[in-house]
Amino acid sequence: MSAVALTLLIGIAGGLGAALRHLVDSSLPARIHARFPWGIVVVNLSGSFLLGLVTGLALNQEWTAVIATGLLGGYTTFSTASLDTLRLVTEKRYSTAFAHGPGMLLASVALAAAGVLIAAR
Amino acid sequence: MGREPSEHGADSPGPGWRGVGLVALGGTIGTVLRHAVGGLIPTVAGLPLNTFLINVSGAFLLGLLASALALRGPDRGPRRELRLLLGTGVLGGYTTYSLLALETASLMLESRILEALGYGLVTVVLGVLASWAGMLTGRSGRRRA
Repeated sequence: MSAVALTLLIGIAGGLGAALRHLVDSSLPARIHARFPWGIVVVNLSGSFLLGLVTGLALNQEWTAVIATGLLGGYTTFSTASLDTLRLVTEKRYSTAFAHGPGMLLASVALAAAGVLIAAR
Repeated sequence: MGREPSEHGADSPGPGWRGVGLVALGGTIGTVLRHAVGGLIPTVAGLPLNTFLINVSGAFLLGLLASALALRGPDRGPRRELRLLLGTGVLGGYTTYSLLALETASLMLESRILEALGYGLVTVVLGVLASWAGMLTGRSGRRRA
């Protein structure tokens, strides 16, 4: 595959991932979102686990790039997660902000490691 | 902060396929940008400086976009479409959480525990500060305008 074709495929996969993230996040009712922004948390946790699995499987390098950099990179997001944590801080909901920021990080790291270890078995 | 963009406003019953299309288009652009920028920045001392810079700059830009749009009116019509294209799409696709998690996990699996904690937590804390700085910048830009 040429570098241009690979970049294009990575981009299209990233677009699909972003659309999927949007669908998951919009399916969350407003009432629940106001209490805790679960949509992006679920996206980031599931995406981290899947990235661990894909990495552990050690597939062909080009398809790994399309799935890992493209699909899962576009599916998960850091910018909205940061803005959501900031919102909780400005609402003075400090323990919820802590669970959302460092908490989501620890959970997603554990899931990514679990994915790597399960796939490598 | 009260009118921060959200998919969950009372006037947005579902995703809407036009919105999904805008997010997909923006996500394609953001992902290609991340792929290109990521290749330009080297790894420093075994730490992924590229992912760090991409994520923190994306958090700043999303804060900037969110406050600039919110100050111009409610999240409807062209403002909502711009947010879906640039915010949820481009910046959502440009930044990545799964890679942050995997890189932190890999450092841990290599027993580089302190570096793992440092990389992960510094990214998360600076991400929040960067989106705050972005929001402040968006507001001051409005005052000058």
